[in-house]
Amino acid sequence: MKDLALHILDILQNSVTAGATLVKLQIEEIPSKDEYLVKLIDNGKGMDAEMVQQVTDPFFTTRTTRKVGLGLPLLKQNAERTGGSMTIQSEPGKGTEVDVKFIFSHIDRLPTGDISGTLALTVSSYPAIDFIYTHNTPDGTFIFDTFEIKETLGDLPINNPQVIAFMKDLISDNLKEIKAS
Amino acid sequence: MSKIISLADLRNIKANIEAKMSLRERSETPDSMVQIRVAMATCGIASGAKIVMDYLISELDKRNIPAIVTQTGCMGYCYAEPTIEVTRPGHQPLVFGFVDSKKADQIIEKYIKNGELLDGIIPVNYENIEGK
Repeated sequence: MKDLALHILDILQNSVTAGATLVKLQIEEIPSKDEYLVKLIDNGKGMDAEMVQQVTDPFFTTRTTRKVGLGLPLLKQNAERTGGSMTIQSEPGKGTEVDVKFIFSHIDRLPTGDISGTLALTVSSYPAIDFIYTHNTPDGTFIFDTFEIKETLGDLPINNPQVIAFMKDLISDNLKEIKAS
Repeated sequence: MSKIISLADLRNIKANIEAKMSLRERSETPDSMVQIRVAMATCGIASGAKIVMDYLISELDKRNIPAIVTQTGCMGYCYAEPTIEVTRPGHQPLVFGFVDSKKADQIIEKYIKNGELLDGIIPVNYENIEGK
């Protein structure tokens, strides 16, 4: 993966496949502690302890179309390359939380990439799922909540091309405002 | 400093879209629209599926073709990513491999608009990706 946004696009699919109805993505930039934290929390079907152990194994996947599953292993590798880490907590029936820590100043920390595009595409592909995205920087906080968007839209579908374009602009504009890296 | 985009702008956009929508479009059901599913698992994303999906959404809108573009998982053609599945109303779904924005343009112009077949079709026998 070339950037963090692509990783997020990839990992969000896990939550979708797990049948989540609410997915939270939190990004926290803490330059003072030299940390860049990414958190994904869903209310999907969760995993038992054994499966949590296995998911970072590249040869583990729940798919039947192929024998490898590289989403989480690649993300873990990229986090560890910066001296950071990835931890997964999950409980069957409750949901899953993936915590990724990158070292902020490390040269190998992936560029953030097109977060706004990633969110807009995912949100529009799964109209039945709600997403809450929070981005924290020392300059402020931005919250993107699909509850609000859907409420404003009424019966206009969230996958209308112009709504997708709007969501992209909304996110990228506000991220610029809080000086997201 | 320019004004930041907010939810209030969405209300204007909503009013705009609804004003432009014709009666025909309003009554459109998903079955009467072109449906495109972009394979977006790790393999697809790493090969550039996101760019293709962005391109399809904006181009289909520009060219006034009512369509639904969504994501799907891996179909097992990791070697041919990015792959997309195109379903024209009333036709069997077709899977295209090695799709970049140039190829996507040809698919829109030739297959979606006129039903002409073009290179890069992956022959498969199935009902749909999820039901495979």
